[in-house]
Amino acid sequence: MKLNSVFINATNCITPLGLDVETNIRNISNGVSGIRLHKNQVYAEQPFYASIIEDDLIEEAFSSISASVEYTRLEKMMILALMPVIKKSNPVFDEKTILIVSTTKGNITQLNTISETSVQSADLSLMAKKIASFFGFTTEPVIVSNACVSGILSLAVAKRLIQSEGCNQAFVVAGDEFSKFVLSGFNCFQAVSDEPCQPYSVNRKGVTLGEAAAAACVSANGQNALAEIAGDGAINDANHISGPSRTGEGLFRSVERAMQEAEVKAEEIDYINAHGTATSFNDEMEAIAFNRSRLGNVPLNSLKGYYGHTLGASGLLETVIGIESLNSGKLYSSIGFDEMGLSQPLNIITQNEDKELNYLLKTASGFGGCNTAVLFKKTK
Amino acid sequence: MEAVKQELKEKIISVLNLEDVNPEDIKDTDPLFGAGLGLDSIDALELIVMLDKDYGIKLLDPKEGKAIFESIETMAKYISENRTK
Amino acid sequence: MADKNSFIQSWCTIQNNKIDLNGETIFESEPAIGFADFAKAAYRNFGWSYPKFFKMDSLSKLAFIAAELLLKDETSSETENDIALVFSNKSSSMDTDVTFQESIATKENYYPSPAVFVYTLPNICMGEISIRHNLKSENSFFIFEKFNPGFLSNYTDVLLSTNRAEKVLCAWVDFYKETYRANFYLVNSTEGLEHNETTIKTLFNT
Repeated sequence: MKLNSVFINATNCITPLGLDVETNIRNISNGVSGIRLHKNQVYAEQPFYASIIEDDLIEEAFSSISASVEYTRLEKMMILALMPVIKKSNPVFDEKTILIVSTTKGNITQLNTISETSVQSADLSLMAKKIASFFGFTTEPVIVSNACVSGILSLAVAKRLIQSEGCNQAFVVAGDEFSKFVLSGFNCFQAVSDEPCQPYSVNRKGVTLGEAAAAACVSANGQNALAEIAGDGAINDANHISGPSRTGEGLFRSVERAMQEAEVKAEEIDYINAHGTATSFNDEMEAIAFNRSRLGNVPLNSLKGYYGHTLGASGLLETVIGIESLNSGKLYSSIGFDEMGLSQPLNIITQNEDKELNYLLKTASGFGGCNTAVLFKKTK
Repeated sequence: MEAVKQELKEKIISVLNLEDVNPEDIKDTDPLFGAGLGLDSIDALELIVMLDKDYGIKLLDPKEGKAIFESIETMAKYISENRTK
Repeated sequence: MADKNSFIQSWCTIQNNKIDLNGETIFESEPAIGFADFAKAAYRNFGWSYPKFFKMDSLSKLAFIAAELLLKDETSSETENDIALVFSNKSSSMDTDVTFQESIATKENYYPSPAVFVYTLPNICMGEISIRHNLKSENSFFIFEKFNPGFLSNYTDVLLSTNRAEKVLCAWVDFYKETYRANFYLVNSTEGLEHNETTIKTLFNT
């Protein structure tokens, strides 16, 4: 059965590199990273590297669209991300217009003082409903909380719902905040680098955490679309809850599924925007999985060197930037990478370059053995 | 050191939730990882936390952990030499 | 839109220390005993042997028990099983989140535990089930304010009709401070009760 094609119609992002896509791209092409050394005992005893948005920028931007004090910092980030996307799309908020919210920890910072009230204020449905009612959605929001694949999985979910004709238009917003909760957690996993992260590098020592919000509009309307969502797969490794499969099984199958659905062969893929968290295991697993799919030669980058690991936002944020590359024909250097440290080859982009691009493969992997791969096709 | 070994066996069972294992089932020189108790990477990280919390030992290089956690014997020796609690 | 019809072949409810399978109570404990003891008693009662069970947090134990009852005759660890997992809840991983937050709350007693942290994501329970039943399959975890059979049934039908899975294990699995509920059901494209929102609501009294 032939299904409708599904498209991305508008995007936006809120990051330390800017509060709109254009500013982010400008900074990325100038090799600017959002990663800084922070000394803040609220988060950790020792100084740490992270990519964090200045509070003042969020407050200032938000106060120009609303005087309300009832939104948390993360909600403001997500509303700011979604605002221009909604304005551009001008939706009718009927029963076929849905909001999909992607996050791993949501308002977890509310738990800094633990109480029943703070637990309630950290509720994810509450957060999603506040965002939905800010814009006037009449449907119940769908929240995707599936570790670090959430942001890209949400796009796959949107596509599947639109193809099933369960909805006409899906607005996807993804966000996660930097927090002591997450920093402590990754630290006790010995997974945080004491230097800015170095994806795929022989001396990589782990992640640098970050925060961001990103948004996209998804529909079956191909007019003036930014890209078509041509295929997707989201397959579990079934191996270990925190370590990825040594054979890259789940990621490999997700990529194969996406290519099969899009009817695209490996040699047609022009660019891979990968997960590349700079942990020893993740990056190695990706090298194995991509080579199994015969993608070892495809120009590839990880954007974690610019943004750090933004968790539930990463899949969508990195897709937003990846689509800009797709349409402009500009590939951006995988900053943080220096010397190859993988058992199989990957074609890491080491300096900005121009290239005609038609197909972008975006992938992500996460705790719980999850993986997601989505293929985007240029429509412009 | 016998007391430390016994204590370690009990602690490992409780901290790592080894429900159907008794202290007497763990021999001093049995490998803890791989075949033995089947401990995995998360267990190794938990043991690093336990060293800090219960014995005041901060393991600066987690790669050292592999040798230290080889068996109850190696753990007990390391703890006896380095504990601050 | 679905080309294929879909069917519920089995279902399970776990709440108030009682386990019902396909409408019949198959195990219960005193309502007063805590979940940890109830879960252990259930595990022993069914004669299972899976030591990792005792490392799981409460949400994962709850999900494990329900999935084990519905999948034990469906799956083997030698073969692969194309059963997608579509899980959902309201509380996310909040029960474990609070435990983890408590372990980092004070400077004096700052001992974050990796074994706790790994469970501070709701999708980990799906990971545990994938490992147990060798399910290299589609997984998604959704959060809703309450059990949403309308969404789950539509999304499940999409997975089946686009050949993303042979069967789908659907769940509402929520755990917070000893209050819990598991509504699990297995959907296929061949036979069973008609799979739709109404049937699901009837089976789970919602």
